[in-house]
Amino acid sequence: MTTTLKTKDLKVGDSFTQRLVEDLKRTQIVQYAGASGDYNPLHTDEIFTTKVAGYPSVFAHGMLTMGMTGKMLTDHVGDGRLTKYGVRFTSQVWPGDTLDATATVQKVFEQDGEKRVEFEVSTKNQNGVEVLKGYAEARVD
Amino acid sequence: MAVKSFPVEFSHIMMFARSVGDDNPIYHDPDYAKSSAMGSVIAPPTFVQASAQFDPDYGLRPKIGKPWFGSGKEPTGIKREPGGGGGGGGGGLHAEQHYEYHQPLRAGDVLTATSMPGKTWEKEGKRGGKLMFSENVTEYRNQKGELVVTARGVGVRTERPADPA
Repeated sequence: MTTTLKTKDLKVGDSFTQRLVEDLKRTQIVQYAGASGDYNPLHTDEIFTTKVAGYPSVFAHGMLTMGMTGKMLTDHVGDGRLTKYGVRFTSQVWPGDTLDATATVQKVFEQDGEKRVEFEVSTKNQNGVEVLKGYAEARVD
Repeated sequence: MAVKSFPVEFSHIMMFARSVGDDNPIYHDPDYAKSSAMGSVIAPPTFVQASAQFDPDYGLRPKIGKPWFGSGKEPTGIKREPGGGGGGGGGGLHAEQHYEYHQPLRAGDVLTATSMPGKTWEKEGKRGGKLMFSENVTEYRNQKGELVVTARGVGVRTERPADPA
């Protein structure tokens, strides 16, 4: 994407929200397992996860949620512009979940001669439960 | 984790981007990428996580000829002691992940990864008993020896499976 954010257009408190997924499918979790190499059966093997590990169903890799949330960020700030991105996984993500991610401007500043923006990042499920909470920093024009 | 060689390949980037629902052409269209400000296909922000594919000791990938704890004829291929939920033999759940980006990661780069253990701490959890946290810092360098990404991960083990949120 060719978006480039400009400091003059950024105000503290501005936010950007994107729907990441609607009705998350087990197949997408399998896709992520295959691409990332994390084949933990807790994410893909319903029988193991319910009968052995004792969870109600398989659940998404935290890193799938972080990866999907990363799309919201790069769609907003542009390609190759992130300087930092960090998250805590605050609740599990289950098949069937619908997720929305929001980035809110915390500050606009200069570092190493570059203009930068810092965001608070939050991803919530269809019940309003926060599943991921973090921050991101990006270079802006 | 130590990874001697993590070739960052175009088709791997394409599949990874698909799996996180990202259809940005910068991840799958070399012609588009060439004409963009980036100049070539780059990897999405969390792609270095896929270095697990190139870690010979990675515990969450079935090893050829070795027992695997996922289901087959039985619900698990490895009988183990009850308790220790979360990891299912796989080393706990992922609590936090942090990245610092020093330069774009490009298709064609070949990374090496070196990891150092960080802090460890404990916390009393609400839903899964005592929580045991441990931190790991990984530096990813390219074929020129330049630092591309610094990753800091925090894993957590629980005494029993967390109750659903």
